[in-house]
Amino acid sequence: MWFKKDKAPRAPRDPRTSSSIQEGLFLKCEECKETLFAREVERNRRVCPKCGYHFRLPADERLRLLFDDERYDIRFADVKPTDPLKFKDTKKYRDRLREYEVKTGRSDAILAATGAIDGRKTVVAVMDYAFMGGSMGSVVGEVLARSAELALAEKCPLVVVTSSGGARMQEGILSLMQMAKVSAALGRLGAARLPYVAILTDPTTGGVTASFAMLGDATLAEPKALIGFAGPRVIEQTIRQTLPEGFQRSEFLLEHGFVDLVVTRHELKAALANVLMLLSPAA
Amino acid sequence: MASDANFEEPLRRIRERISELEGYPESPQRAREIGKQREKLDKLAEEIYRKLSPWQKTLVARHPSRPFCLDYVRLLTTDFVEWHGDRAFGDDPAIVAGFAVFGKRVVAIVGHQKGRDTKEKIRRNFGMPRPEGYRKALRIMKLAEKFQRPVLSFIDTQGAYPGLDSEERGVAEAIARNLLVMSQLRVPIIATVIGEGGSGGALGIGVADTVLMLEHSVYSVISPEGCAAILWKDQARAQEAAEAMRVTAADCKALGVADEVVAEPPGGAHADPVATIDNVGRALRVHLDRLAPMPVDALLEGRYNKFRRMGAFA
Repeated sequence: MWFKKDKAPRAPRDPRTSSSIQEGLFLKCEECKETLFAREVERNRRVCPKCGYHFRLPADERLRLLFDDERYDIRFADVKPTDPLKFKDTKKYRDRLREYEVKTGRSDAILAATGAIDGRKTVVAVMDYAFMGGSMGSVVGEVLARSAELALAEKCPLVVVTSSGGARMQEGILSLMQMAKVSAALGRLGAARLPYVAILTDPTTGGVTASFAMLGDATLAEPKALIGFAGPRVIEQTIRQTLPEGFQRSEFLLEHGFVDLVVTRHELKAALANVLMLLSPAA
Repeated sequence: MASDANFEEPLRRIRERISELEGYPESPQRAREIGKQREKLDKLAEEIYRKLSPWQKTLVARHPSRPFCLDYVRLLTTDFVEWHGDRAFGDDPAIVAGFAVFGKRVVAIVGHQKGRDTKEKIRRNFGMPRPEGYRKALRIMKLAEKFQRPVLSFIDTQGAYPGLDSEERGVAEAIARNLLVMSQLRVPIIATVIGEGGSGGALGIGVADTVLMLEHSVYSVISPEGCAAILWKDQARAQEAAEAMRVTAADCKALGVADEVVAEPPGGAHADPVATIDNVGRALRVHLDRLAPMPVDALLEGRYNKFRRMGAFA
């Protein structure tokens, strides 16, 4: 049937296959559907060598990508999640946390580090989608607030790489309040004229977008990352229409004035270093 | 679930009986019977409302007859002038903003506004603001700072509007900007959750020195329906979600998110809006008197620390 739509609507991405490339020799690109050598994709910073599609990058790989000589010191790793609400859905929150810890080797959805970017001391915090969809609970909020306060104390810039479905339901209202907490900490950093750069990666939605993701002095985004407040499904249910192609992608935000720069992963470090140079106080 | 939502049914029956009695010719007997029914109503209302579940409170918080932001403005203030528009795109009727005289002070008012009848509901977009609503609120708060007026914020929304236009114009950026600016605004801010405190759309005017919550109001990271749809893949399990997320005013106070719970009359705010608004007015006055004389730096330090402390981790 020649008149049939040749492109099916994009299915919600499966975090298990897209946040990290599964063990195995081959994998399929979600964009161009090419079968690729897993090793080749990994060597290419998890960017599809055929079409340039950006697979999700684990947080530690992101740190290696951004810091000089892949060297950095992890900070605030001692901040661990608890279960303030004794939350239980189909599983206990405590059990869920433990499962993700086993799966990812991390205790929550964020990794903060200090190191040098083009020789400039910088605090970088990276969200990890592989841990409960990068959701922001108390730990993510606390680590980000401490990162901002550390940058303030060290008089250096702060960079946050977002990748998150939004606030973590399992910590209820406390998760929502992390938005205010982190934004306030960024306010103090800004008042001291220290640069804050947000790097938005796929996906950045909900309470993360409605707080620190949108507060960068400069806002960079990886190509075709989903960035929005409400998720596409919620919007479609609200307006009862299918969304236009490219809606809520990085390029869409660039066009609408909410992102400064869309950069590929290969150019990311150079672009970031340049922006930091342009905004940092003269030496 | 139906039975759960019908907790007001016995009250409705008594109220019906009372108005029926009131239709009879006056007599000592009628007066006695009305008095008896009223007593019964108060007692039962008190009993039912004392034991509301989190989900039932959510329903009460959404009750169409519950006092809305402008009802507070009408009863508590004089000389109110509403400001319109964000000076960039348009005016959003889902948020009202302006200045008014409250007691001995001029205050800035920002608040979500729902509609009472269908036409008004649609005009107010069911209290779901678009970006220009948050930007209007921001404009008025910056004016409040310029002219040294404390800000009273009234929170009552199921959330910011999840629509295409809302996204295009950056509702996330609008909320984010408010969080940052409110954390540094150099005048006192008191936020009162009068109905639904729905997620980022609520917090977007909710960063304050003091956060008050009405007794049967709720404040949550996502609506119980939304939470249920995601966690159980079943919206109908909103009851469980409301319980699990601990959305009530008492919970929020215990978690350090609300500073004070303002009592509602028996039968809830919608049973006696005037008494409810009075209670809120009294609380606002007490907190304004406390915050107004504070040096700005101490005020801002306190506000920062208040939110800085929120969260639970090991």
